[in-house]
This record gives sequence, structure tokens and C-alpha cells, in this order.
Amino acid sequence: MYDTTSEKDVDQKTIKFSARKVQVFYGDTHAIKDVDVDIEDKTVTAFIGPSGCGKSTFLRCLNRMNDTIDICRIEGDIRLDGEDIYDRRVDPVQLRAKVGMVFQKPNPFPKSIYDNVAYGPRIHGLARSKADLDQIVERALRRGALWDEVKDRLHAPGTGLSGGQQQRLCIARAVATEPEVLLMDEPCSALDPIATAQVEELIAELRRDYSVVIVTHSMQQAARVSQKTAFFHLGNLVEFGETGNIFTNPEDKRTESYITGRIG
Amino acid sequence: MPLFWLILAVLGLASVGYVLGRRRALQSAGGDSRKLHSLPSYYGFNAALKSAVPALLLLVVWLLAQPLIVNNTVSELIPDSAVPESSSRGLIMAEVRRAAEGLENAVAAGLMTEEFAGNAGADVEEISQRLKDAGQIVTSEITQPVMRAAQHYRAMNTTGGRMMSVAVLLLALVGCLWGLREVAPAFRARNVVENGIRALLIAAASIAILTTIGILLSLVFNTIEFFRLYPAWDFFTGLNWAPSFSGRGGSSDLGVIPLLWGTFYISIVALAVAVPIGLFSAIYLSEYASKPVRAVAKPMLEVLAGIPTIVYGLFALLTVGPLLMKVFGSDGLGWMQAGTAVMTAGLVMGIMLIPFVSSLSDDIINAVPQTLRDGSYGLGATRSETIRQVVLPAALPGIVGAILLAASRAIGETMIVVLGAGAAARLSLNPFEAMTTVTAKIVSQLTGDADFASPEALVAFALGMTLFVITLGLNILALYIVRKYREQYE
Repeated sequence: MYDTTSEKDVDQKTIKFSARKVQVFYGDTHAIKDVDVDIEDKTVTAFIGPSGCGKSTFLRCLNRMNDTIDICRIEGDIRLDGEDIYDRRVDPVQLRAKVGMVFQKPNPFPKSIYDNVAYGPRIHGLARSKADLDQIVERALRRGALWDEVKDRLHAPGTGLSGGQQQRLCIARAVATEPEVLLMDEPCSALDPIATAQVEELIAELRRDYSVVIVTHSMQQAARVSQKTAFFHLGNLVEFGETGNIFTNPEDKRTESYITGRIG
Repeated sequence: MPLFWLILAVLGLASVGYVLGRRRALQSAGGDSRKLHSLPSYYGFNAALKSAVPALLLLVVWLLAQPLIVNNTVSELIPDSAVPESSSRGLIMAEVRRAAEGLENAVAAGLMTEEFAGNAGADVEEISQRLKDAGQIVTSEITQPVMRAAQHYRAMNTTGGRMMSVAVLLLALVGCLWGLREVAPAFRARNVVENGIRALLIAAASIAILTTIGILLSLVFNTIEFFRLYPAWDFFTGLNWAPSFSGRGGSSDLGVIPLLWGTFYISIVALAVAVPIGLFSAIYLSEYASKPVRAVAKPMLEVLAGIPTIVYGLFALLTVGPLLMKVFGSDGLGWMQAGTAVMTAGLVMGIMLIPFVSSLSDDIINAVPQTLRDGSYGLGATRSETIRQVVLPAALPGIVGAILLAASRAIGETMIVVLGAGAAARLSLNPFEAMTTVTAKIVSQLTGDADFASPEALVAFALGMTLFVITLGLNILALYIVRKYREQYE
């Protein structure tokens, strides 16, 4: 199936991440096999697949979070804007400032809401003055669609918020460092439907400025929020393409089985 | 009947009760255990518990009560005239007990007939002579009242013992029969046994609590006794600690402040050593060390906690003291007069406390969830930024608790102070001077031939009470902080 409008659409967008022949090993386990994928700017890319298929592992390769796991070994080539992120000269700490991450469970620091959001900007010295920092925090909280709910209690502990608010706080915290890419590892799995809807709305908003990569177990969510979908199975990238195509007209048998509920 | 055989007999009755109860239960159900409410062995245990527990309880109570009753009765038999001027009733009673024991042994050895030993009209001199012949130690010539009392004492103990055996065995038998009578298919033996076991567990728990209360009460009463002899105001506000050595002079200065100051000062030095080192090593072990390093280093560090404090004391006396003397003593800076000083004891005590701080803090830092660290790394923070700004604030309440626990250890420490800090109670700011602590003074007030009724000895209880209140307060504060500020993580 060939569609001229979608090709044009793709051509307009620049490639943010390009991964080639990525292999990941956990000790002796071969967790990711030969994954090739291009992630575009200003696009939401969803990774779907059954548990243990390697989608979170691959996500964590993109900001070198796997470096914190001793037994994890990565081979292959991952480039961000054409630069190899596993190059010796790349500081993983700097990389993670550029590639923000939101986790499965909301993990606000045991600090005030303000300090949670100001954490990244403070570390990276993004604010010149207190007023500057206030502005960054406000902007991030507004982007996280949380400002109206917390503007009167910025100095209350972040752990006192509800689950959905905490997750939006974590998104605001990630946004505050002005990343170029936002990685989200099942950001809604601990949230109720209403909070999930809020976060999904937020993802659609964020797409205007960032490249967003989201790992999700919910195929409906992938269909709702993403433009591109990658289906992982047993460490292989089985299929990657336009979300609409993957869900309506999958090429691979395995993809079809998964999205119709026969496996996974 | 000797105690050993008595206990064995009770246990024997209980086992008989078990076997019979089990058999009877099966019989009552016509051999089909499914018709019983509980498994057959529960019926057996019911009978066994009912025969053994009350009987053994009675035995314990009797053994505690009988000597008291006998002593009181016999003590009344001795007329005041029989108590010499230079002696006391307590000493006479000790003599009575010795004589009674002598009689007992002589009879057991066959040197005296039962009738002769118990003969109230027997000649005192003859008896004491025969006791001496039998090789029984009789300190002085036994007087008439003492001999009569001893005979009485012996008779009472014998009858008491006999009565006890009978009562205990009877109770065991009654309990056993009661348990057997209850056996019926509808009887809920399982629940009854369950309750019995619960009672047993409660009893074990209450023994620990009652002991604590007992210790506390003995402290309280002796402290009250002390404050009757010595004004409380002088004790708590006195700036001078100078007990008179004779113990009868009555001109002692027993001010607690120099001792509290010494305790406080040495503890501060110890914590100043232990907290940074312990905390840093905990951070290294939990955040930086690789698994093999941690597996070796953590137990090694905890070995420090297993060293007896007297060994630390020796280390202070023989190694640290002379070392400090070389630097700060008359050859060096000239600040130090002798090896025993606040600094010596404080440094060594600090080393002793390192494993307390590090081991507890390590556990607490490990309990901070990995998701928080991931969140911080994900924002582009380095490891040390993550530790400083996320991990330590999250672990802080627990770390404060660990430090307070270490502080109460430091306050209660004795041996290192005795060997390392000297014995002079002094109010001074110079850490190179000898000082002493509350605990070290408690030891020195109670060792030697102190008269336990004098304020110089009783002050030890007041000191102990003060210390107890302080450490209790610290522990409560630690618990409060840990509970109040603990972040709830799943």
C-alpha cells in the first residue's frame, strides 16, 4: 500500500534517532536482536508488544539508561541527529538532559512541587536568576497541564499529589530541562482512565515541540496517541510503520495476531 | 520428693494424659477420626496441657513462696534477747540456715538419726559436737534458740516440701482427669489447644516486659532512697563530684553536672568521628561499590561491631593514647598531660560506632526506591548529584534515627571511658584533658567494699536513672523522627 501524502509527510520531518543493528545483552540473554528504527522529530512513536519483548529495554538504550545496569551490553549504532550516542566522547549525563524520560510509576522526588520541577534546570544551570527559574517552573507546569491545580501550593510536597497529578508532575519535570526527545515508559499503566486521558492529551500537546517515544501495553492508547508504531516480539522489531497501517493492515502475521488478541 | 523427680512425674502424667486422651477420643468416635471435631492428637494435647501447666505453675509459685513463709515464721521464733548487740537478725538467720543444713547433711550421711536431729529436748552441746564430728561446719557454738530455730526450720521445710509434692501431683492428676472427661466428638479440642498456645506465647512476651518493669522499679526505689539521704537539688545542679572514700564521712559532693558534661563531650567527639565516616562508607557501599566489593566490605565493617568494648578500651589505652601524646603531649604541642583524655576515648568510641551508623544507613539508603534514582538520572543528573539531592533527602529521617541510636550507644558506653578517658570528674572545655562519664562513675561507686545504704553507693542508682531517662528520651525522639518524616514507599 503506497500513499503519496504520507510519504510527503515523512519527507518533511527530520529524523531524530536512527538505530541500526542494535543488539542488547543482559549477561547471556540476548534481549534485543538486530533492531533498525528511525524516530522522527515532532512525532509520537509508540512501541507495542507483549511483556518481555524488549520494548522498554530498547527505549532505555536511547538515553543510555541501561548504563546503570552492570550486566547490560549494547552493540550496534544509535545516532541522535547523526551523532553516535555510544561514542566515547558523549557524556551520558549530557545525553540524558537532551533525551528526557518519564517512567512507568510516578516517581516525584521527596521535595516540594517547585523543587521537583526546578531540579533539572538547577543541575544544568538553565536559570540565571530566581525570577528566571520561577518562569521555567511555571512554563513547565503549564506544559504539564498541572499549573492550575498546583499554582497555590508550589511548596507542598510533590509526593502529596494524586497519582495522575504526580505523573504529570514528572512530565513537567522532564520538560523543564528542555529536552529534544521525550521517552515515556508506560506512563499511564499506574493511572486511572481519567488521569490517562489527561496524560494522553498532554502527549498530543507535546508532539508540537518534541519527538515523543512511548512504550505502552494498551493498543488503543498506541492507536490514539501515536503516528508511528513499532511492534516488538521476542526481541525482534517485527514491524514498523504508520500507526494507521499497522492497526488496519499489518504486513506480518505476528503483528496481526497480537493486535487482534490472539497472542500476547 | 526431690524437685527433679517431681517435675518428671508431672510430665509423665501429662504424657499419660496425651496417650489416654487420644485413645479415648478415637473410642468415642467409634474409631473414625472424621467424626471428631478435631484431630485425635488435639484431644491428647488438651489433657496433657491441663495436667502439666497448672501443676508446674503451682510448683513455681510454691518454690518462691515457701522460703519466704518459713523464714518469717522462724525469724519470729528467735527472741530479741538472742540477737547479740554486735550482730543483726539477718546474721542470726544465716546461722540458723547453716545449722539446719548441717543437720540435714548429717542425717543424710547416717551420722545422726532423724529422731535425734529433730529432738526438741536434745542437748545443744551434744548436737553441735556431733555436727562437728560429722564434718559439718558450725561457725560458733550453737546457742539454744538458734538450735531450736534450726530444728524448726528444718521441720517446716520438710513438711512444706512434702505438701508441695502432694499438691502438685494432685493438681496434675485432677487436670489430667478433667481433660480426659472433656473428650467427646463435639468438644472443640483444637480451639482449646490453640488458646493454650496463645496463653503460652503471651506469658513469654510478658516475662520480657515484666523484667524491664522490675529493673525500672528497682532503679526508681533506690533513687528515691538516695534522694532521701542527699538533696535532689544538689545532685542535679552540683558542679562538683567528690565522693568521700570512707563512705561514712557524709561530706561528699555528688553533683551530676561534671559527669553529664563528660558523657556529653565524649559522645560528641565520638559522633563527630563516627557520623561522617559511617555515612560516607554507607554511601560508598550502597551507591558506588560493585557487588563483589560490597559482599566483602560490608561484613568486614560489621566485624567492628562484634569486637568487645573492652578490646576497644585496650586499643585506646595502649595505642591511641600514646599516639596522641606524641602529637599533642609535652614532646609535641604540649596540650596533653596524659594519654587518657576525652579525645582518646572519643576517637576510639567513634571507631566503635562506625558500623552502627554505616550499617543502618546502608540499609536505609538501599530502601530508597530505584525509581527515584532512575528519575534523577533520566533528567541528566550525575551520580553524586543524585545522591546529594535525591537519595540522601529521601533517606534522611532514617539516617537521623541511626545517628540517634548511635548516640545512645555512645552515652551508655563504659569500658572505653574507663580505660581511655581517665577517672577525673571535671568541667573543662579542653578535649585533651581527662574526664569521666556517668557510666564509668557508676562502676567506680559500686565496686569495692561499698556500704549499700550510704549515699555514695546509692548515687549509682540515681546516675543510672538519669542515664536511663536520657537514652530513653533519645530513643523515643529517634523513633518519632523516623516515623514522622518517613516517606511512604511501596
